Amino acid sequence: MSAPVMDRRDFLSMSVVAGAGLTLGFRTGAPPLPRSQAPAPFAPNAFVRVGTDGVVTVVVGYSEMGQGILTSLPMLVAEELEVDPAAVRFEQAPADPAYNNPLFGMQGTGGSTTIAASFEPMRQAGAAAREMLAAAAAQQLGVARDSLTIDGGTVSHAASGRRLTYGQLAEAAARVPVPQGVPLKPSSAWKVLGRRMKRLDAPNKVTGRATFGMDVKVPGMLTALVARCPVFGGNVASFTATRARAVPGVRHVVEIPSGVAVVADGYWAAKQGRDALQIRWDEGANAALSSAELRRRWADLARRPGVEAKRQGDAAAALAGAARRLDAVYEVPFLAHATMEPMNCTADVRRDACEIWAPTQFQTMAKGTAARITGLPDAAIQLHTTMLGGGFGRRAEQDFVAEAVALSKSVGAPVKVVYTREDDMQHDYYRPATYNVLAAGLDAAGAPVAWTHRTVSSSVFQHMLPQMIRDGLDEAAVEGAADIQYAVPNVLVDWVRDEPGIPIGFWRSVGNSHTAFVKESFLDEIAAASGSDPVALRRRLLAGKRRLLGVLDLAAERAGWGTPLPAGRGRGVAVHFSFDSYVAEVAEVSVATDGTPTVHRIVCAVDCGRVVNPLTVEAQMQSAIVYGLSAALHGAITIERGRVVQANFDTYPPLRMSEMPRVEVHIVPSEDRPSGAGEPGLPPAAPAVCNAIFAATGIRIRSLPIRPEELRRG
Amino acid sequence: MPQYSLVVNGSRRTVTAAADTPLLWVLRDTLGMTGTKFGCGGGFCGACTVHVAGAAARSCQLPVSAAAGKRITTIEGLSADGTHPVQRAWVEEDVVQCGYCQVGQIMSAASLLAAKPHPTDADIDDAMSGNICRCGTYQRVRAAIHRAAGDAAVGVGGDR
Repeated sequence: MSAPVMDRRDFLSMSVVAGAGLTLGFRTGAPPLPRSQAPAPFAPNAFVRVGTDGVVTVVVGYSEMGQGILTSLPMLVAEELEVDPAAVRFEQAPADPAYNNPLFGMQGTGGSTTIAASFEPMRQAGAAAREMLAAAAAQQLGVARDSLTIDGGTVSHAASGRRLTYGQLAEAAARVPVPQGVPLKPSSAWKVLGRRMKRLDAPNKVTGRATFGMDVKVPGMLTALVARCPVFGGNVASFTATRARAVPGVRHVVEIPSGVAVVADGYWAAKQGRDALQIRWDEGANAALSSAELRRRWADLARRPGVEAKRQGDAAAALAGAARRLDAVYEVPFLAHATMEPMNCTADVRRDACEIWAPTQFQTMAKGTAARITGLPDAAIQLHTTMLGGGFGRRAEQDFVAEAVALSKSVGAPVKVVYTREDDMQHDYYRPATYNVLAAGLDAAGAPVAWTHRTVSSSVFQHMLPQMIRDGLDEAAVEGAADIQYAVPNVLVDWVRDEPGIPIGFWRSVGNSHTAFVKESFLDEIAAASGSDPVALRRRLLAGKRRLLGVLDLAAERAGWGTPLPAGRGRGVAVHFSFDSYVAEVAEVSVATDGTPTVHRIVCAVDCGRVVNPLTVEAQMQSAIVYGLSAALHGAITIERGRVVQANFDTYPPLRMSEMPRVEVHIVPSEDRPSGAGEPGLPPAAPAVCNAIFAATGIRIRSLPIRPEELRRG
Repeated sequence: MPQYSLVVNGSRRTVTAAADTPLLWVLRDTLGMTGTKFGCGGGFCGACTVHVAGAAARSCQLPVSAAAGKRITTIEGLSADGTHPVQRAWVEEDVVQCGYCQVGQIMSAASLLAAKPHPTDADIDDAMSGNICRCGTYQRVRAAIHRAAGDAAVGVGGDR
């Protein structure tokens, strides 16, 4: 996403909190913010708090959904503030423009941006705080700032042996003017950044004390389940609630825009009540829609040109004049996010105020959703971000927020709306299915001289950020394909849009989740057709691309590329650039005679610039690889009669422990600016595995998920 | 609605609930103990794992009527302060990501280790494959179980 760049002049601002020590924060280039009316310790627009007890609290405006930012953001502050990061407390920020993601211009977590967006601001916040504490110490001790040393939350004057703690200095520091442009420590002086720092949120998560959205308790709260039309785009025609109302504990049955809600004392009563509803649905235009029909339609649509996403040279002429031509069709299915915590949200709407507790990735939009439904001004809406039991893009959506707000408004009590697993899987905003037609022309030496790639799919941005579609092109539909990194002289990438009415959203790594599979698999076809080694061909076509070559070479070397494997195993490679990061993966796979593939090992090399916490980057690579393997091996949402066939983890099975390969992550040492880590590990996983299957069996996978019946032998 | 007497983390609790109410929702909604998580409601994911009479059980599949009188341990009772060897190993191996499934993972792991103090990788596969983690923490879960067993060198991240 393109976004306003932060204006340094607006960067630092300060609020002095009487009696609570020093509060420091920064603003982005947005208009001046109204001063917080909240009690002092929770004043918004503040990132660092130093209490009179010396405790440092870092206020985090991003959502923690597993990616470890409740640890890495405190590390950024601790580095400059000269405190032990393990002793820092974190606090989830309220929803407030002070916490806008400078890359979005809104408060939201996604696009693997948190570290890139925070790397300078959070260090600046720590550095300014440190200098204010130092200035207060210099004043109290009557010495020059330069004569002071700072470490471990203590300011020391070596010559006199006098020391003052941050706690002792906090109130005085709050009266010191905010310094501008404090120089940040050079990386050679870092003590915290780059350290393998264990997660600060782990203790609460291993004891069950962490509060996810599902765990929110509000006095007088009711629980709601919503019956939604199983067919996308359908509506309630009529319903009878007599039996539902007879269930003990059911308080209300309410129709809202998304369906019929049963509001009860607790989950089980709401569930029993919902099961007892008798609803006649108007299934609308999609009542006969099926995945099979979509596939036929897309094969037909793919015959016509689409919106051009990349044109370089003359691909048609080069194809016509090529010594050899390869053609292939690649397909991927819809995918659900299936976060472990099903969607939910709690809202308490009153006449003049609205309070929301949401596991959300997109605070600004959640507040906007509540404002629209309640008619209340933004200032009357208070949003608390809970822990998120997984996000992966699903929690950028607003459906669960809208339902909770509408229901609380309707029944006049706090309401927690809860999705069952089936609701969550059948009412998602899916990773789009795509149909891809590719062609490559090879010259007499086997080198690719032409590459064409046409994708048929739905828009990703349409329902949430339609302004991102420019000149008919949704870049999220072709990212990773249109910016193909290989040196092929003639390239044409185009996109044919089709909107059958299946809800589409952001799914971990978005367009890259399918374009990398298509691009890296088809490149492997070229390698096989030209008799080239898959790594060697990639090296040739990436000549001069330092960071791509860096990860490719590192992964190949650590995987032992070219060395013998146990009988029956194949090795496959894939390399992809996404979210400004570079990842290569080498998979080792064998296929049983019944066609079942086993992924034994994945070696991953990542270059995501400077690394704040290697433990986190390694975890994110492992995580993205597992998410990608789940999709490659098992993931498919199929549509029949306008509705989703899959309902729970038995029919949409994620990877389990018994299928977990050994994953080795190698981080390229880098002095480049930090880039994405949460998503870039995913795109290479599927093509590396499929290329390994080809190496092991000679069978090319062109449609996901991998179907064992296509790999069965004998 | 009928009343049931439960023994949860050593305390006797009397609850009023429909007989078919899953233990999960009695714990979460009636007793306010939200450490045990709702993941799928079908016994597929293991997020709701507790110990019933000492063995791992899916609380979303156990009606309160069947749980009555049995000794139930939840994450709140596994240790008073997060110092159970499995919890300590989880922190040491930096297992958690979003954390939502981890309570269930920990309860399954504690049950495994009580039965098999030194589990092999195959034992871990058998005992832990009912617990889904969408963040993909399996490799560190495996390492943490070996660590809790005092077998940190055995098969951690080992080839399969």
